[in-house]
Amino acid sequence: MAMVNIRDLRKVYEGGFEALKGVSLDIEEGEILALLGPNGAGKTTLISTICGITLPSSGRIEVGGHDVVDDYRQARNLIGLVPQEINLEPFEKVLNTVRFSRGLFGKPRDDAFVEQVLRKLSLWEKRDSRVMELSGGMKRRVLIAKALSHEPRVLFLDEPTAGVDVELRRDMWETVEELKRDGVTIILTTHYIEEAEEIADRIGVINGGEILLVEEKEALMARMGQKELHVELTDALDSVPESLSSYDLKLSEDGQTLIYTFDAKADRTGIGRLMAAMPEAGLKVCDVNTTQSSLEDIFVGLVHGQDKTEEEQVA
Amino acid sequence: MNWQAVVSIYRFEMARFFRTLAQSFISPVLSTSLYFVVFGTAIGSRIAEVEGVSYGAFIVPGLIMLSVMTQALSNASFGIYFPKFIGTIFELLSAPVNFLEIVLGYVGAAATKALFIGVVILATSALFVDLSIAHPLAMILFLVLTCISFSLFGFIIGIWAKNFEQLQLIPLLVVTPLVFLGGAFYSIAMLPPVWQIITKFNPVVYLISGFRWSFFGVADVPIVTSLLAIGGFTALCLGAIWWIFKTGWRIRQ
Repeated sequence: MAMVNIRDLRKVYEGGFEALKGVSLDIEEGEILALLGPNGAGKTTLISTICGITLPSSGRIEVGGHDVVDDYRQARNLIGLVPQEINLEPFEKVLNTVRFSRGLFGKPRDDAFVEQVLRKLSLWEKRDSRVMELSGGMKRRVLIAKALSHEPRVLFLDEPTAGVDVELRRDMWETVEELKRDGVTIILTTHYIEEAEEIADRIGVINGGEILLVEEKEALMARMGQKELHVELTDALDSVPESLSSYDLKLSEDGQTLIYTFDAKADRTGIGRLMAAMPEAGLKVCDVNTTQSSLEDIFVGLVHGQDKTEEEQVA
Repeated sequence: MNWQAVVSIYRFEMARFFRTLAQSFISPVLSTSLYFVVFGTAIGSRIAEVEGVSYGAFIVPGLIMLSVMTQALSNASFGIYFPKFIGTIFELLSAPVNFLEIVLGYVGAAATKALFIGVVILATSALFVDLSIAHPLAMILFLVLTCISFSLFGFIIGIWAKNFEQLQLIPLLVVTPLVFLGGAFYSIAMLPPVWQIITKFNPVVYLISGFRWSFFGVADVPIVTSLLAIGGFTALCLGAIWWIFKTGWRIRQ
């Protein structure tokens, strides 16, 4: 049974804008899912609808087996949300605002636990400061502390690293790893691909209100990732030798490296034949390495592919 | 019921009040004293008695009602509007609380603040005039019901308002005139006959009249009518809030 279970979720805003067009998604307990998508893809709407900030137009969402509309109490008890915008009561003290969140979620006061959360996020020293006196990064830490204060089993991080410095980023990923060890399910949205690549178990790509794909990170990269073989030559070339033209090789600018693009998952990569053909063409090889294309390439390829299809449909 | 959440909201709202306690305390004391200087001493000295009560004492219930109504309105409307304005409402919407719990927390806090100010004004008044309360239980009932009903009304305004102008609009344009024309400073019997009839359409008249009755045993309108008025107004506000709850109007898209 998935921790979060979304079926045919549609969300049409009052103005008629369809932000989600029939999203179905299963999120397993204890995994880190990164939702990748450009601005306006529907990431925040999806999270807001799961968390109860907006109501679904149709479809069904269950969290921990509880329907988010009918059994909202049980469902929301499990959920912590760190929103994208820094929304905090400016005049309140850090400690009080975190205690408030815990109480709001029906949890009895537990000063030791709140202290632990604040310490983990390097906020303990600032506990008596008013929120308005904090820097932007510190405010984001407060938002995370508020979400963690009620011990959620599912944590949503909406663009958690937008405008965040290196230190906070590191602390945040440490916290996320720790939560994952405790079995907390984590869903984060981002449009920074490196972020998804760094910490996610699975990656979902969303664009135009539709989930384009959800896959294990490694599988995704292996399946979709094209690999490049870089062959360094002893002597520089002016052009690719005629006899190797069938391999569709690229020559680096300095003429020292031949680049061969291949599909690592294909039955025949063609590497063996190419390597055999090189001495025949009179080339001396001094080094060889392969690189895998990044998620970014995959992502751009997917989103562009979709945009193109849509354009064609319109045309 | 998530009582923990109700208490949390209540305490969070009360914290705002305690942060500005000096302001919350001094301003009603000062304005009440001013009213006594102007109406009680300067003007009141030329008015002997109203319905057997000295004018200084006569205006006390009206003064309390005036402050309690405006304070309840502004506290409750601001209390729920502010989270909408700064965006912290997301937390309320994503928390395992229902609308009733939210209303209890916010309205409870606003009503408490209004009640506090009402008591402060009553105490301040006692420094200026001899006060006796003929029906203390009725007095408490009227005061508490007014605090609650106007806090409910304020909550509705806070949910409805899309900007600060709208937040001020109804309190300024509707409630303040109704309260001033509601017999806070005069008896309805002192008005020309036509105005006596027009005044009967002002709901605040019934509230102030009933409250004054609890002090002096004299009233412009029958006490039962006053009780029906305050009860009806509370029921109306509760009905509106129930509807907001059902539809998610202006809170949840």
